[in-house]
Amino acid sequence: MPLRTLLQADDVRRAITRMAHELVEHDPDADRLLLLGIPTRGAVLARRLAAEVARIAGREVPVGVLDVTLYRDDLGTQPTRATGRTDVPADVDGATVVLVDDVLFSGRTVRAALDAVTALGRPAVVRLAVLVDRGHRELPIRPDSVGRNLPSAKSERVRVLLTETDGRDEVTIE
Amino acid sequence: MSDHLLSTRDLSRDAAVALLDVAEDMADTQRRTVKKLPTLRGTTVVNLFFEDSTRTRISFEAAAKRLSADVITFSAKGSSVSKGESLQDTAQTLQAMGADGIVIRHQASGAAAVLATSGWTRAAVVNAGDGTHEHPTQALLDAFTIRKRRFGAGSRGRDLAGLDVVIVGDVLHSRVARSNVWLLTTLGATVRLVAPPTLLPTHIESWPVEAGTDLDAAIADGPDVVMMLRVQRERMTEAFFPSAREYAALYGLSAARADRLRADALVMHPGPMNRGLEIAGSVADSPRSTVLEQVENGIAVRMAVLYDVLAGERTA
Repeated sequence: MPLRTLLQADDVRRAITRMAHELVEHDPDADRLLLLGIPTRGAVLARRLAAEVARIAGREVPVGVLDVTLYRDDLGTQPTRATGRTDVPADVDGATVVLVDDVLFSGRTVRAALDAVTALGRPAVVRLAVLVDRGHRELPIRPDSVGRNLPSAKSERVRVLLTETDGRDEVTIE
Repeated sequence: MSDHLLSTRDLSRDAAVALLDVAEDMADTQRRTVKKLPTLRGTTVVNLFFEDSTRTRISFEAAAKRLSADVITFSAKGSSVSKGESLQDTAQTLQAMGADGIVIRHQASGAAAVLATSGWTRAAVVNAGDGTHEHPTQALLDAFTIRKRRFGAGSRGRDLAGLDVVIVGDVLHSRVARSNVWLLTTLGATVRLVAPPTLLPTHIESWPVEAGTDLDAAIADGPDVVMMLRVQRERMTEAFFPSAREYAALYGLSAARADRLRADALVMHPGPMNRGLEIAGSVADSPRSTVLEQVENGIAVRMAVLYDVLAGERTA
């Protein structure tokens, strides 16, 4: 299938700004907001979202990285995956944790992330923010904030490119 | 990444650094509220120990349990092995019982490699010490400990380039020394061996190391790390040195020798220690000693090794 661009840099930027507004509106009283990005691009998005939330709400929001590799259910189906560093700068107990990822697909990564986050403590609330929801869920998992819904065929490949990791902001499908 | 861990000689620099990095992530998980990871759920790990080794066995056992594997311990003493069962029959029995991984400690050099290549079992094999050949997880935990002390939170991705390591003592009988020679030099460190002439192996010219017999000269050169080996009386069938007193005087790390080390130099020992023989008690308990960190790091390193050989799909 040919490669098509679904979102340009401006679309990505606007989507992140809108998601940040949604997060603030969702939990206006959450004084203990904690953004945790799932590597690699979820971690980049979490940092951008945190900067936007800080701009909108006028306060700093702690942002960290949550590696979910050791909690995955598909480890045995491929060569051993490299693990990544988890860096959580604030106490998870009682916090409003927002999990951030680039693409929501089967939901299995998010399931692993829920296990990983509850191993760190007991959050008051866990929410899910994704830049792209491409459908095809295999588990009862639903995002709270979506940058863009992009219906896709299951066999297609949706890729999110971000300046920090890929040199430019773009979402493609092939 | 790999199906077995038999030797540090097979590890490339990048593979070794990657394993140490996974161990860093494993160590981080051990500071969480819930330390148990679901990673190896449904996997069975057999600790197959033909030689006594309480420390290594419980370290592997803790590592496997933290990853949610089922652990079966098979000690040769009091088992069918003492009734004359061969390694082949033991391995085939464990295969029939559904072992996914076998951690083997054996008195014969090469036993782990035999188990891995014999076809008697499809299990992933981890060498936990074979004769005087290798003890790869000990070398990995030593490298991890050196890196952690040197570079702290900035350890990930780094090797040990430029560090000078002196390994002192019974090199002849030491699988720990062999595994460390291969691994530390692969990671870029310079290794010097110091031992009585009777306790240096004969074919040492082919090793990527310098060897000498003068501990004071080695200390005067200002090494970053001094690794003391245990005097293994149980492996010595003849007299390798005149007396324990003379060994301690010439090759023991006394307080006076330790005082001549650089302020930031590390003192390591794989345990169990003969205090007063190869290492003075006051040195073993001093801030530069990493003895207890080595034990703690051993669990994270063995978690990384078990993850490496057991979590991914099997290529064999």
